[in-house]
Amino acid sequence: MNKIIRFIPLVLFIALGAILYRGLSLNPQEIPSALVDKKLPSFQLPQLLKPEVMLTEKDLKGDIVLLNVWGTWCVYCKYEHPYLVDIAKSGRVSLYGLNYKDIRADAKQWLIDYENPYILSIFDEQGRFGIELGVTAAPETFVIDAKGIIRMKHVGPIDTKVWQDKFLPLIETLEKENQGERS
Amino acid sequence: MKRFLTFVAMVFITFNSAASIVYTFDDEVMQLRYNSLVKELRCPKCQNQNLADSNSPIAADLRREVYELLKQNKSDGEIVNFMVQRYGEFVLYRPKVSSLTYILWFGPAILLLIGVVIVVFVLKNSANKKQPKQLSAAQKDKLEQILKDK
Repeated sequence: MNKIIRFIPLVLFIALGAILYRGLSLNPQEIPSALVDKKLPSFQLPQLLKPEVMLTEKDLKGDIVLLNVWGTWCVYCKYEHPYLVDIAKSGRVSLYGLNYKDIRADAKQWLIDYENPYILSIFDEQGRFGIELGVTAAPETFVIDAKGIIRMKHVGPIDTKVWQDKFLPLIETLEKENQGERS
Repeated sequence: MKRFLTFVAMVFITFNSAASIVYTFDDEVMQLRYNSLVKELRCPKCQNQNLADSNSPIAADLRREVYELLKQNKSDGEIVNFMVQRYGEFVLYRPKVSSLTYILWFGPAILLLIGVVIVVFVLKNSANKKQPKQLSAAQKDKLEQILKDK
């Protein structure tokens, strides 16, 4: 009995060490989104390039929709931009933009200066729809399935690694789901 | 010294310019509710600050949201729920009691309990040891034998 007791501090130390060590590799910026598996919130906002056109959630059409939150003020949006262009060209997903807390003229210029990867961009000047989506900053990307359910939220920029590790597995699942539904 | 003072002045000037909109209410109770809500709610971007302390754009937006929800006569519970539905339990500095947070809420009490048990155990043990132990007849013989041999 006494011998076992002597080992308790060592066991506690190892357990605590293991927990703290795990904490070192966790990213505190990664907050589980409250919106995953919920329906995309409804909205009514103008289109970025055509201010007179009002958009709603029904305008985000596609079997797999990617909604990318971006702004010209956001440094990482510039970093992920070429990857978004590639993703849009692949044709596997329908890429929409949510221009978040931006100035319309700047955003338009951005799309001219670089390339416009989006089917269309929603213009959320006040960041109201962003709050509905639980957006904390740009860039953030939502994956929405054919039924309009948010399946994933990614905080931070997309690059090749993120796309392959985080997005592709889900996109393959969604493609299978969509095929199953059609047949 | 003069350089240093200029530096200090510059630092303060930049901080001042970053100060954000201050929301004021005619109703004193509402002002108090606003103050306590922005202290209770955590900024989802700058994680170790509450909405009141943070200068980040999202904190400013959420303060505006709290202000407008109060103006719409929403209750504190409704406002907190509004935030939780969008940003998750994460925004609460006092998380709700659920299976996920049991360890947070009850962990310290359990640790205290374990501590008390250990202390009681150790004290009991040492109390037992204080009583002098009697040697058995065989041991007494052996002791005498050893002393004689010397």
